[in-house]
Amino acid sequence: MTRLIGLNALMVALAVAAFGVVMAPIGVRRARADLVRATYSATYAMFALVTIATFAMIFALVTHDFSVGYVAQVGSRATPLFYTIISLWGALEGSILFWAWVLSLLSALVVFWNRDREGALIPYTTMTMLAVSVFFLILLVGPANPFTLIAPTPLDGPGPNPLLQNHILMGVHPPLLYLGYVGMTVPFAFAVGAMAAGEVGEDTWIKLSRRWTLGAWAFLTAAIIAGMWWSYEVLGWGGYWAWDPVENASFMPWLTSTAFLHSMMVQERRGMLKLWNLNLIVATFALTILGTFLTRSGVLSSVHAFGEGPIGMYFLVAIAVTLVASFALVAGNSEQLSSEGRLDSVASRETVILLNNLMLTAFTFTVLVGTLFPIIAEAARGVKVSVGEPFFNKMSLPLIASLLFLMGVGPALPWRRASKEVVRRQLLPPLIGAVIAAVAAIAVGAHQVYAVLTFAFAAFALVANVREYVTGVKARMTLRNESAVTALGRLVGANRRRYGGYIAHLGIIAMGVAIAASSTFRREYEATLRKGESMAAGGYSVKLLEVYGREEPQRSRIAASVAILKDGAEIGRLDPAMNFYPTSQQPIPTPAVRSRAWGDIYINLMAFQQDGSNATLKVIVEPLVPWIWFGGGIICLGAIVSMFPTRRRSAAWMGARVAPDGRGARPSPGAATPAGGMLASNTLEGAD
Amino acid sequence: MSGNVEGRKRATLVVAVVIVLGAFGYLLYGGLDKNVVFFLTPQELLAKGTQVEDVPVRLGGMVAPGSVKWDADKLDLRFVLMDGVKTVEVHSKGAPPQMFRDNMGVVCEGRFRNGIFESTNLMIKHSEEYRAPKPGQTPQEMYKEMFKTLKQDASS
Repeated sequence: MTRLIGLNALMVALAVAAFGVVMAPIGVRRARADLVRATYSATYAMFALVTIATFAMIFALVTHDFSVGYVAQVGSRATPLFYTIISLWGALEGSILFWAWVLSLLSALVVFWNRDREGALIPYTTMTMLAVSVFFLILLVGPANPFTLIAPTPLDGPGPNPLLQNHILMGVHPPLLYLGYVGMTVPFAFAVGAMAAGEVGEDTWIKLSRRWTLGAWAFLTAAIIAGMWWSYEVLGWGGYWAWDPVENASFMPWLTSTAFLHSMMVQERRGMLKLWNLNLIVATFALTILGTFLTRSGVLSSVHAFGEGPIGMYFLVAIAVTLVASFALVAGNSEQLSSEGRLDSVASRETVILLNNLMLTAFTFTVLVGTLFPIIAEAARGVKVSVGEPFFNKMSLPLIASLLFLMGVGPALPWRRASKEVVRRQLLPPLIGAVIAAVAAIAVGAHQVYAVLTFAFAAFALVANVREYVTGVKARMTLRNESAVTALGRLVGANRRRYGGYIAHLGIIAMGVAIAASSTFRREYEATLRKGESMAAGGYSVKLLEVYGREEPQRSRIAASVAILKDGAEIGRLDPAMNFYPTSQQPIPTPAVRSRAWGDIYINLMAFQQDGSNATLKVIVEPLVPWIWFGGGIICLGAIVSMFPTRRRSAAWMGARVAPDGRGARPSPGAATPAGGMLASNTLEGAD
Repeated sequence: MSGNVEGRKRATLVVAVVIVLGAFGYLLYGGLDKNVVFFLTPQELLAKGTQVEDVPVRLGGMVAPGSVKWDADKLDLRFVLMDGVKTVEVHSKGAPPQMFRDNMGVVCEGRFRNGIFESTNLMIKHSEEYRAPKPGQTPQEMYKEMFKTLKQDASS
């Protein structure tokens, strides 16, 4: 019953979505408002139907209805309720269903918030959202059907993948990733909609895309951080990033969307980079589909891959259709895409953003080549190769260092043109910060060039970004007689987009420093201890108290009880363990971490004697690791601040001060005003 | 006049872009060339002979039954890796992955030196599919056996 409801809902949803894809262009061409409205209704109907299917699946999972194919694949009576529910995205079919549901939700929201907008942009955007939905619905009624019939009905199932049910972060990472991936469909749909409507000459699609891109980007950021954290907490090697193809798959669209968030400002401000922006968002969307292809098709053997299936071809076709259709549309619109402005000076914010885009694109390309090379080599030459971490590190370290540097230069320079005087005044303090940081890093023992450069440029960017706040607050305090706290609040409130961006920069700086420090100063210690014996590990002493076993409903657990001592006094206890799941041949390592702001002590149980007399422990001491997770939080906070609309009151106030037309065409502060005025206008300018 | 300046500017830009792209491509190519690691089975490794002597390689295979010698005190591991045709002796410093066992699929990263594969990193081949275990050797039964000797719950 549940099975049939779910399956039928999906089939009707497919028909409804296909109807919308056909009706939208007819409605626009023949100027039939009723057909356009029918498309909008189809979008709402699709959302309702996919919601029914998703709830049918959750219901089937919770009631252990093993006649449903997906439940028989991932369900088990012994699995705790929480993991039963999240196993919705624990394997291929369920994750595609969840994906389709998020997509239908976003499609409905796009229509709901823009339904009264005139013109062809929104109908074509809706058409694009529906077309993408059609693809996922075809998967769901075809090769990835989660509602297949299993007869006779099994009594119990194997339960979700042990790696996925071993840690709570697995409940968080996939939905965040899907929200990020699916969210990128919206700016892509706006771009395609604008091209189909012939409105790429205007910035409407960019303006409509901004918040959606920021939101999707924040989810993608959070998902990548959650994935790193999960890998750190579960996989037991004390690292958080291995350039695994699946990690790369989520990182590439993050890089291109980061580039897009920056370059869209250049289009809004200067009317430049229109063609580039279209290509960036098309690339971002294509990379999310490529990411799903890499993870879901089994083309790569990696921890995340779900095994071979016929689904790979579908994704390849989808990528091909996306690229061909998008580039045909770009070509068809080329005459509208010429730049209105041009680069006035090398010393300007747009130059820095241009360089940032160049670096981010080069970075994406590097990761893409490194990720796909093994597949191409195997297909072309029949050899199995892997592209090692050294390749990625060698290529990415200089790019990361330069990006950190640019992150300091960009905010410090005005749009259009900066005089030598301004450049000197703005860049001198960050430069001093960089030198101090470099000296300090060398003093505490950092020797690799890129580690030192990362610390130096992180300090450079930190000073530059914090300075924007300080000068802004100071200016308001003198001009408006506000207290420091009020001034800070109002400054950010009136320029959310700009200062939110600087907050995100601070998060990136925190992450950069934490990654550089934890990889440079990481120390590993390994020993086999008998009960009561200790080992020294980076200023601490680790003592094995005992080895014990415990049975839990869905798994068994063997753990070592370990005391951490500092100067002979016990400062904490950890229980690194191995979890044994009935469906897994191998135990799942479950390291224990003692986390403090200045660093982590990470202990993994590697081996033990069957009689519990000894255990082999690996102890890893890593400084600043928690700042990677904090940094991720700061980045998302910055994105949230940026997303909120600027209050009208401040906009009006700014309009009176800066320019009569306030929000529209603004004077360019750096060029138009003399040096003294730059500080004030730089601070008071409304940045949307 | 201004057109000329524009043209020169554009030419400079094109040259700069070409140089940057070229340098980047060269770096990329060089990086790939030096850092591609071949994935071989023992049979392929031995067939390549001196070609793979002291070159970073990933060696994949199964742990030969009865070959694991693990010295817990010295953290020294020796075992034989097999692919059904040939075998290679592997030596590694440091603790093996959890529950290192006979017949387990592993990938060793390291170099082949003087007939012994010196591994710097051992990885278990994780299979994400749920294959039904053969009767009599389900993981559960195996674990039960192990738990008989470890039944002393410390935390309760």
